[in-house]
Amino acid sequence: MAAESIPLTVPPIVRTKEPTSLYRDAIRHLLQKRSAVVGMLILLALTLIAVFAPLIAPYDPEQQLIGIEPGIKKRSAPCIHLLGCSTDRPQHIFGVDANFRDFFSRVVYGSRLSLQVGFASVTFAIVVGTLLGAVAGFVGGWLDNVIMRLMDVLLAFPALILAIAIVTVLGPGLINALIAIGIVTIPAYARVIRSSVLSVKEQDFILADRALGVPPPRILFRDILPNSITPLIVQGTLGIGTAIVEVAALSFLGLGAQPPTPEWGLMVSAERNQIFTAPHLVFIPGVAIALVVLGFNLLGDGLQDALNPRLNRR
Amino acid sequence: MFQYIARRVTLAVPVLVGILFVTFALARKLPGDPCRAVLGERATDIICDEFIRRNGLDQPILWQFWIYFKQIVIEHDLGVSFRFGRPVSEIIVERLPVTIELALAAMIFATILGILFGVISAYWHNSTVDVLVMVGANIGVSLPIFVLGLLLQYVFALVLKDSFLQLPPSGRLTSGVTNPPFFEVWGWDLSPESAGFFFFSLIANLNFINALLTGNWTALGDAFKHMLLPAIAVGTIPLAIVARITRSSLLEVLSLDYIRTARAKGLAEMGVVFGHGLSNAMLPVVTILGLQLGSLLSGAVLTETIFNLAGLGRTLFEAITARDYIIVQGVTLIVAVGFVVINLIVDISYAFLDPRIRLS
Repeated sequence: MAAESIPLTVPPIVRTKEPTSLYRDAIRHLLQKRSAVVGMLILLALTLIAVFAPLIAPYDPEQQLIGIEPGIKKRSAPCIHLLGCSTDRPQHIFGVDANFRDFFSRVVYGSRLSLQVGFASVTFAIVVGTLLGAVAGFVGGWLDNVIMRLMDVLLAFPALILAIAIVTVLGPGLINALIAIGIVTIPAYARVIRSSVLSVKEQDFILADRALGVPPPRILFRDILPNSITPLIVQGTLGIGTAIVEVAALSFLGLGAQPPTPEWGLMVSAERNQIFTAPHLVFIPGVAIALVVLGFNLLGDGLQDALNPRLNRR
Repeated sequence: MFQYIARRVTLAVPVLVGILFVTFALARKLPGDPCRAVLGERATDIICDEFIRRNGLDQPILWQFWIYFKQIVIEHDLGVSFRFGRPVSEIIVERLPVTIELALAAMIFATILGILFGVISAYWHNSTVDVLVMVGANIGVSLPIFVLGLLLQYVFALVLKDSFLQLPPSGRLTSGVTNPPFFEVWGWDLSPESAGFFFFSLIANLNFINALLTGNWTALGDAFKHMLLPAIAVGTIPLAIVARITRSSLLEVLSLDYIRTARAKGLAEMGVVFGHGLSNAMLPVVTILGLQLGSLLSGAVLTETIFNLAGLGRTLFEAITARDYIIVQGVTLIVAVGFVVINLIVDISYAFLDPRIRLS
């Protein structure tokens, strides 16, 4: 037959593109975004400064140099040898603060506190918010209603005002300030997780789980939560920046870190009345806060685009 | 539409009760002895017992809450401040206008410039201007309000001193400039106890409105100068956010077919961008503006502290540190209720603008 004379050809499988995972794609897109790379570099630098603070800082951040260093003047301007400051005088890159402490060492150590506070506060909010949001979305019914109305009440207060009230109840201090900021931001995470649990919950593989008789807590923690985590990553990254600013704001108001802790917000607040005579003591820690927040914002925005598979990329 | 409004209002009621309970519980949980905070360290135990009994602080907490609830909801009475011995409503009438002025000024600043920058950025998108605006927006979002406030003071009160750009670093009016309430100027005879006095004082304490009503141009200009720096400090973060949202929303709209149609039929470019493009790109901007109100009020606490303005934010902060329960409750309540009501209005106006929402 004619048909038999035709050689059977199987078209070779042409792979136009290697299959990639969402996260590998995300990292690739992230690295293509200039602003995200800038954010990562800022954060990398700050992390290195924080980790190696004892090596970078020339002095103990809380040590008062009066009596140790002859001729030291309080609130003196920066003295940098490379920029022509006389070498007979000891070098203070950012000057000296009102208590005769080396300001550069204090700013360097401040990076540790800022990053720790940001991470701790957001971790706290994410753990509690995820639990509340996941339970609300998964169980539904009256429990969902109660939890989400509670979140509405928390959201009805301007964040900083509620945080001030909470810190006052708990007592001023850095730990309490970060807990207060954590509490205030819980609703944001609860809402994000709830909506994403709601959408994952209806998918076929969860129905399959239910049909197989997998216990509900296991469905929630093993199958639903890992699939709802993406929006949390974005929210969390942006949240760290916000948390750092708000804790610094509480310290600025005297409700967060207490002296002599080298906390940036507290440092701005301590010298704010000297702004016209010693502006560097106000603006250096201020710029440091802005920089850290900028880093997290840029990275968060980049992640948002990179983790969004629907976004049309050119 | 009516159904939608009714549903939203009903949903707000439990939130309002929750707010009432949270403010009440928080205020009662403040550490320290309210009696000695008010009457001083040397108050004797007998005086303190009397103080506690008189203010009902010895009753069970739920009973105290019930009394408080009744007092607020039925009698519309916010109580009398321990510390000042004045009704809280009086203190609010005095200080709420400062915060309203600050919030409105910041909002106007943020909306006008934010939309303008957003449009510029979207229209010439990926140009140098766009990059500059977006870099500026990122920096604006990241600057803490208290640092920005101090920076503005430094620049406009010290660096630009004696130039025409010099601006006052604190207060509402230069000392010597007065702004007498309009009802006194107009010779109205109001009894200080009347509801009318209460209401008109609230309006008279809005410096701008009062100066406009009485034609007091010196006070108007002076108030404007004093308001500029605080408004910029509070408004910068919303400004940056509005600019970003306007840009992305307008970019999306401008790529739609009907924009091409509008251009094809020969419409002027301005008409296309503003008439067809912007008006349809405004929805997300309206939402964001509503959401920014909370941060505006948070910002007000810091800004009022820095610029020495006797507004609600600073009053609240001072009351908390002085453990003046009644002021804390009253002010937080007003702020939170105002916030809920404004969000409600935003939600409803949003539904009004977009039929899809009220039908879902």
